[in-house]
Amino acid sequence: MIAPIFLLEAVVNGVLLGGVLALLALGLNLIFGVIDIVWVAYVDLVALCMYAVYFLVTLYHWPVWLAGLGAVGVGVVLGLLVHLLIISPILTSPPINQFLATGGLLFFIQSFATLLWSTDHRSVRVTLPTLEVAGIFISFARLIAFVLSILAMIALYLFLTRTYTGTAIRAVSQDREAIALMGARPRRLYLVTSAVGGAMAGIAGALFSIQYAVHPYFGNAFGPLTFMICVLGGLGNMVGAFFAAFIIAQVISVGGVLVSTEMGYVIAFVIFIVLMFVRPGGIFARRA
Amino acid sequence: MLALAAVTAGYGAFTALWDVSLRVEAGEAVAVVGPNGAGKTTLLRAISGLIAPRAGSVVFEGAELAGHPPYDIVAHGIAHVPEGRRLFPQLTVAENLKMGAYLPSARARFRESLERVYALFPALAERPRQRAGSLSGGEQQMLAVGRALMSRPKLILLDEPSMGLAPVMVLRLFDLIRRVREEGYTILAVEQNVRQVLKLVDRAYLLEVGRIKMEGRAADLAEQDFIRKASVGF
Repeated sequence: MIAPIFLLEAVVNGVLLGGVLALLALGLNLIFGVIDIVWVAYVDLVALCMYAVYFLVTLYHWPVWLAGLGAVGVGVVLGLLVHLLIISPILTSPPINQFLATGGLLFFIQSFATLLWSTDHRSVRVTLPTLEVAGIFISFARLIAFVLSILAMIALYLFLTRTYTGTAIRAVSQDREAIALMGARPRRLYLVTSAVGGAMAGIAGALFSIQYAVHPYFGNAFGPLTFMICVLGGLGNMVGAFFAAFIIAQVISVGGVLVSTEMGYVIAFVIFIVLMFVRPGGIFARRA
Repeated sequence: MLALAAVTAGYGAFTALWDVSLRVEAGEAVAVVGPNGAGKTTLLRAISGLIAPRAGSVVFEGAELAGHPPYDIVAHGIAHVPEGRRLFPQLTVAENLKMGAYLPSARARFRESLERVYALFPALAERPRQRAGSLSGGEQQMLAVGRALMSRPKLILLDEPSMGLAPVMVLRLFDLIRRVREEGYTILAVEQNVRQVLKLVDRAYLLEVGRIKMEGRAADLAEQDFIRKASVGF
């Protein structure tokens, strides 16, 4: 029998994990919701941003927080490049081609990273303390990652709801022709969306790099999880993805403590498969 | 103000407009009427840049606009209320109006424009936070017109404003458009509801199978067999 205190610790850790997963899912969902294309290699872009943090810290001796900001810049540039070089030329192709192209990018990034940087696990080795609150141990790195993820998501929310550009980004996904009649350039809105999606990948990369070591196949650890969350929340549904991230993180974390870490993931994917049969539009889909 | 000369336009291999020439003077209200499939919607789409004319010229206040993209043409002062309204259904009433004021010049006067639109359409002022997709047909049409006004246009293109509305609502809508007119906007409307639209405008053109067949003052046309021709096409 598991002591209640460990269960509580698992719940807290689940909440903290949920914050970063939600950030990842929101970035991917933003791109899908607006441009209608799934960036299969999204978490591999995150891994590249983690490499950016690693090299800025180890080679150029930047402080970690500054390297994190640098990673956000790298994310923006990567987002713009992915859109201009890969998405833009195939914007009107059948979805399967777009899927294959961004899927191809995944293998390209992973192989390229292996070639350049080998399969070594690289970590910036920040030693952050562990907090003890009422008998529960909380990693300070996880807490920072959670708080900054939430702040980044609030910033994204304010951008999408309060600014002209953000509102137009939501509008272009609903009617591309009508937004052009309002005076906005759809292609420019797509570029801004890709840059924002890239920035979210950069933030996630910076926050991951204080918790995990990066390696060329890092994307495989969180990529499928991110897709699962997006689909569970309903593809393109930002609020749905936010809550789905916390549900999945809870299943992984609590399942991990109750059974084993691997089983936590197995349970999460089994729940996902079952829910896809029961509610194929996502758990938050409105009934037509 | 607006002059089309020998405009030919269509989609792919299909030509919907042949050699169309028409003029709209500042302060005027002009209608283009004609049966279904005459090319009325194509005409407005060619003016607002949603399709590029294959030949001919579209001159607005001295500037040649044929072939320009829509976001450029709206910046010249032409607002298009498209067929089927084309609101952003998931955005609220207020957000739709905000998108209407997307142009930098319109943003600067957002509050003032908003007050004017709310004064014209009090029904919109009552529900700024409601999603556009959940409005009634009449309210949606008001929002579409209000959204166009938010860009501070000089010329408004109206595509079938009465389409899909209940007869009572059609009458109310034409009253509202009359009020928009009285505010000094220049209007070019295409309509199938010939009888109603002729009461609203100064002049009208009859469009048939992509060509202008008749033109004249609205009062004169109402006397002739124009209405029958415009409605049924012969």
